[in-house]
Amino acid sequence: MRLTEAQSKAIFRDGGLPVPDGRVASSPDEVRQIAGELGGRVAVKVQIPIGGRGKAGGIRIAATPDDAARAASELIGARIRGYEVRQVLVERAAAVQREYYLSVTVDRSRQAAVAIFSTAGGMDIEEVAEKTPHLVAKEWADPLLGLRDFQVRRLFEEGGAPAEARKELARFARILYELFRRHDAQLVEINPLAQLEDGTLVALDGKVEIDDNALFRHPDLAAMREVEGDHPLERAAREQHLAYVKLDGNVGIIGNGAGLVMATLDMVQREGGRPANFLDIGGGARADVVERALRIVLSDPDVKSVLINVFGGITRGDEVARGMLQALGQLERRSVPIVVRLAGTRAEEGRALLVQAGRGIETAPTFQQAARRVVELAAGA
Amino acid sequence: MSILVDRNTRVVVHGITGREGEFHTRQMLAYGTKVVAGVTPGKGGTRVEGVPVFETAAQARKATGANASIIFVPAAFAADSALEAIEAGMNPVVVITEGIPVQDMLAVVAAARRRGTRLIGPNCPGLISPGEALVGILPGAIFRPGPVGLVSRSGTLTYEVVHELSRAGLGQSTCVGVGGDPIIGSRFVDILHLFEQDPATRAVVLIGEIGGTDEEEAAAFIRDHGTKPVVSFISGRTAPPGKRMGHAGAIISGKMGTAQSKVEALRDAGVPVADSIQEIVGLVAERLSSPARARS
Repeated sequence: MRLTEAQSKAIFRDGGLPVPDGRVASSPDEVRQIAGELGGRVAVKVQIPIGGRGKAGGIRIAATPDDAARAASELIGARIRGYEVRQVLVERAAAVQREYYLSVTVDRSRQAAVAIFSTAGGMDIEEVAEKTPHLVAKEWADPLLGLRDFQVRRLFEEGGAPAEARKELARFARILYELFRRHDAQLVEINPLAQLEDGTLVALDGKVEIDDNALFRHPDLAAMREVEGDHPLERAAREQHLAYVKLDGNVGIIGNGAGLVMATLDMVQREGGRPANFLDIGGGARADVVERALRIVLSDPDVKSVLINVFGGITRGDEVARGMLQALGQLERRSVPIVVRLAGTRAEEGRALLVQAGRGIETAPTFQQAARRVVELAAGA
Repeated sequence: MSILVDRNTRVVVHGITGREGEFHTRQMLAYGTKVVAGVTPGKGGTRVEGVPVFETAAQARKATGANASIIFVPAAFAADSALEAIEAGMNPVVVITEGIPVQDMLAVVAAARRRGTRLIGPNCPGLISPGEALVGILPGAIFRPGPVGLVSRSGTLTYEVVHELSRAGLGQSTCVGVGGDPIIGSRFVDILHLFEQDPATRAVVLIGEIGGTDEEEAAAFIRDHGTKPVVSFISGRTAPPGKRMGHAGAIISGKMGTAQSKVEALRDAGVPVADSIQEIVGLVAERLSSPARARS
């Protein structure tokens, strides 16, 4: 779960990291008032959980409160990269002397948290790493020992940080690692970390990404999800613990296991169709889960046909069939054709249940045949 | 022969009294796996499917000689169970549970490495050496003993491929589902290394997906050290960037983790990448009939 800048900075502030003065607003009037209180030039920044907001036109600098209100009236309600802007952050604009990059994230290859520092702040770190790898310093934290002080010193030595800034940078790095651990983050990033003209350091922008799997022990963070501009069906699916991604085609796809569902999307595309979604019912899904999954997919008006592709291991075919029949039993009329391909644990029992019910659900023996048929049905519908 | 487990492996099931633990204990016993103990705190002294349940892994080991663990414990407590199994000296430790926080897994993986424990998973279907032992949730009936080793990030795709292999008369030495999470105990490279050393494995199927760089690292290993033919399949070729496709580890972020990069790395290492699951069978059969031609 990606937090907005304002949410990320609230976490920074609580942890003891300096951030610019500012507040969140959801109307131009509010923005005018905040800008007036702050005085001088302000930055008006859209609060949506994506990077590259500046390039997308989501950050404006305003000289007066009226300018700020005008910028806000253009930004609030606009759509940027698919997200509806509901809030902006109004901050005092800083007189920046230098910009650094500092983050802690998970390194999958090394299987450890890694602290990353660069003097090339304000830029996309992947680009910096690719074009100028010597400007990116890294230190890997031992999962059992943590990020040690000598590593922090080495990070800024190797990263070429100016001597006078190192002590404060070290404080930032230690706090960042601590915040990363305490909040079960996957990324805690300050970019740019600005050195102001008076020499002080401040987190000018902030990005925090929380591990969804750890939200059960962070109810305060889970509550922050509200402001995310997800697709309504994605939100409904998440509330029901289903892995669902809305796509732009017309063939609904439900399966068990992410790999199989992805391969099913690939196969439908190979057969000339366009997937409307990705929906993984997960391992060991019972009938009620299948029922909810099918209802979510059928409630998408783009969906012209549905493919249910289940290879049972921990998931049982009879449970899948029962869930489908429950879902269909509750829908007034079923106009969307469904193709089912069941294999593995209790697949025969599942198929028998579907045949017995006699609701015209088609079954297919292989998943290639199922894909071909569902694409035909989508085209014919 | 097989890797990791065989008919002498004595398994303890953590979370044996839960719905999944109980169901799959029954399945593993039916397959012939020596499930000798269960662990559920608070339920010690009871039995599940005739298997004695203990309070701790150490007690289970002492009383039954158990030497391998499989974990069905809910996500909030699974890392703790894995650490307990590692500390009790179990090897391998197979973690089926999905949804374990990444930072918990960083500690478990580090602990396993320190102790020299082979950790499989989490969020994985486990492993099977057909005719020897099933330590996982894979549907045993579709597997046949034979010369093909299989390693996969996806459980259900493993079943798909095995189903086709078995129907074509191509049995398997061991099939390992390494799991779909970003942080997993054993990666492609680790399992490929074991297959290299296993005389019963004559060809390997590697099933990857978008996200991370494990496939690229596997390709480098095969290029530099591989002596056995490998055939691959990558799922998620049509997945859009930035979207997490079900598996926590299956996400294309920036330039990292695309299917294209993986397919290219594997092909550069001389590994044919099948466009469909059906195609895998033909590629494997071809390499088994003329292994000398596969690598020159």
